[in-house]
Amino acid sequence: MSAIDTIPVETGIDTLDALEAEAIHIIREVVAEFERPVLLFSGGKDSVLVLHLAAKAFWPAKVPFPVLHVDTGHNFPEVIEFRDRTVERLGLRLEVASVQDYLDDGRLAERADGTRNPLQTQPLLDGIAAGRHDAVFGGARRDEDKARAKERILSLRDEFGQWDPRNQRPELWDLYNGRHTVGQHVRAFPISNWTELDVWRYIEREGIELPPLYYAHEREVYLRDGMWRAVSDVSPARADEAVERRVVRYRTVGDMSCTGAVESDAASVADVVREIALSTLTERGATRADDRISEAAMEDRKKDGYF
Amino acid sequence: MGALLRFATAGSVDDGKSTLVGRLLHDSKAILADQLESVARTSAERGFGGEPGAIDFALLTDGLRAEREQGITIDVAYRYFSTGRRSFILADCPGHVQYTRNMVTGATTADAVVVLVDARNGVLEQTRRHLAVVALLRVPHVIIAVNKIDLLDYSQPAYDTVASDVAALARELGLADTHVIPVSALAGDNIVDRSANTPWYDGPSLLELLETLPSLDELETEFEALRMPVQLVIRPQGALAHDVADAESFRDYRAFAGRIASGTVRVGDRVQVFPGGATTTVTGIDAGSTTVDAASAPRSVSLRLADQLDAARGAVIVAEGALPTPRRELDASVFWLGATALRPGARVLVKSGTSTVQALVTDIVGRRDLDTLALEPAAALEINDIGQVRVRLAAELPVEEYATHRRAGAFLVIDPQSGYTLAAGIVTAAPPASPDDLAEAEAAAAWVSV
Repeated sequence: MSAIDTIPVETGIDTLDALEAEAIHIIREVVAEFERPVLLFSGGKDSVLVLHLAAKAFWPAKVPFPVLHVDTGHNFPEVIEFRDRTVERLGLRLEVASVQDYLDDGRLAERADGTRNPLQTQPLLDGIAAGRHDAVFGGARRDEDKARAKERILSLRDEFGQWDPRNQRPELWDLYNGRHTVGQHVRAFPISNWTELDVWRYIEREGIELPPLYYAHEREVYLRDGMWRAVSDVSPARADEAVERRVVRYRTVGDMSCTGAVESDAASVADVVREIALSTLTERGATRADDRISEAAMEDRKKDGYF
Repeated sequence: MGALLRFATAGSVDDGKSTLVGRLLHDSKAILADQLESVARTSAERGFGGEPGAIDFALLTDGLRAEREQGITIDVAYRYFSTGRRSFILADCPGHVQYTRNMVTGATTADAVVVLVDARNGVLEQTRRHLAVVALLRVPHVIIAVNKIDLLDYSQPAYDTVASDVAALARELGLADTHVIPVSALAGDNIVDRSANTPWYDGPSLLELLETLPSLDELETEFEALRMPVQLVIRPQGALAHDVADAESFRDYRAFAGRIASGTVRVGDRVQVFPGGATTTVTGIDAGSTTVDAASAPRSVSLRLADQLDAARGAVIVAEGALPTPRRELDASVFWLGATALRPGARVLVKSGTSTVQALVTDIVGRRDLDTLALEPAAALEINDIGQVRVRLAAELPVEEYATHRRAGAFLVIDPQSGYTLAAGIVTAAPPASPDDLAEAEAAAAWVSV
């Protein structure tokens, strides 16, 4: 009873082409419909990817919006160097929301566990307000986390930056509804539908440069909660934790105090693609201490205005 | 690897949808060790029944705390997996609460919909309703998974009864391309591999079928004329990208950026531009910094044209001769998703392609009875109703009937005050005088197009 029998799937449009087309469409919609977009840019692979797609979306014009970095003060130096070099190369304006400033003047207090990831929300919201940004691009992907799997591509936030998962606008066809009122802003996630493997295959195909710590390198590390942590001023080993030199790489790059490395000899992008394809752990499960706190850790942070 | 396939899953309560989704993800190795461990731990804590170590697959897709606590699924969840042949995006649509809203959301972006039917119960009222939504939204492929066939001892006569009911319903609703598969999500029969337990079934397994169905874009690229709504005009005017080597030659660069909604464009093609209908020639196609000779849906490109046309966002570039008739009045079906009812005289916004215009809902022609698909008189449309309306627009829009062109016939109805998306709308032909004629005309139309 089949009207069209299974005709062979053979066209010029593969998965990466389709994902790229969708992402560029979203980026252009947001730029066309909003006054003051900004891209959250950490130097991590997902934000680097969104920036690359934005460059393609507007070529030969330059990217028509600035980038915003929420700086926890616990950064990998290689990533900050990469961030500055990238912004310089593309001729973009960099806005920085500094968690350290908030700690220095007492608006925020350091947490007992030392992690600064949950402290990013207030500087982020203030940074958005200071730049009068009505749309904020982010590199979040639905395959990262169960709560993110329910996030819209265009996600409305109230004046407190809150996400209300029970009252999301239905998202229909590829028609994105960006209506908002004064004080509200929209978070836009152009790579919602990409998986970690799609990201790496695309990085390989396009030859996109990333900070070096995504590739295997030797580093002083110690084992905590089943993850390899880098030895640094902000993440020292405790007396009972043995420090050793190991060949590792990072699958995600975030706050140094809560991002773990994985043992890996994947030194090139092709090696990484092979490694990810065979991995039995999700990237957040393997590398993010903060997402292990509870089943709803990400949902709670998102409701409070986090990405 | 083949083209990406987006599909949605739907079913009534207890049809085993979560188990099916979990089975597909598990057997295609899309669930990784830490996710499985987390789900197994929670299953044990919550006292999930069954054998020791049994896993509540619903926990994989119920991403929100309220969902896990109440054991219900509130919202569409997106899952990703791939096989050696293809990558998939799965929109898991909850069945019981606000099923129309979730089904509509999942179906608008789907190349295929998998509807579960419990082999013991056959076609239920909710199955009919799910399939009615799928039919009205013209999802290209429909797969009916007749589940729990193991509980009927893999009985062929029992399956044949359900399959023939489904076939009759498919004809009645005008479903385009329908496949029926006997499965057991729990036991894994005909999910990934063909089962030895159903020797009387000679069709593909569910995954085999999903691996080979052509996506909507493949179908539309093949059969439709070029159409590209203009998102914005790219004019660098000195603000050039860092990698532009020869700045002088880009001084007067001007291109129309958009995503190809259907068809193929080639350099040298004659095209027409709405509004106005002026004819010109494509002189260049840019995809990022790469210049290409041709591009097809669903690519995002920038088109350079021979003549300086006064076109901006909202313009539509189409193949010569394919210019749609601009419309100020629309006949449309709307899937009402707003909490407040729609009444005649409502002022709304209509977003179609890259245009948003003010609109007035002049008439509610009727509400569709989802069991018979007939239109019945209605003074208002409530949440989850599907109705037929007439809309007057404040400006002309280059729409087409949804039945002949999905992307040109789809629109959003937006509340101008709250900004909320009130409805999914599709442009239809003017409804005939009697509801019976309408159902007949639609069923006939559905069979002749893809």
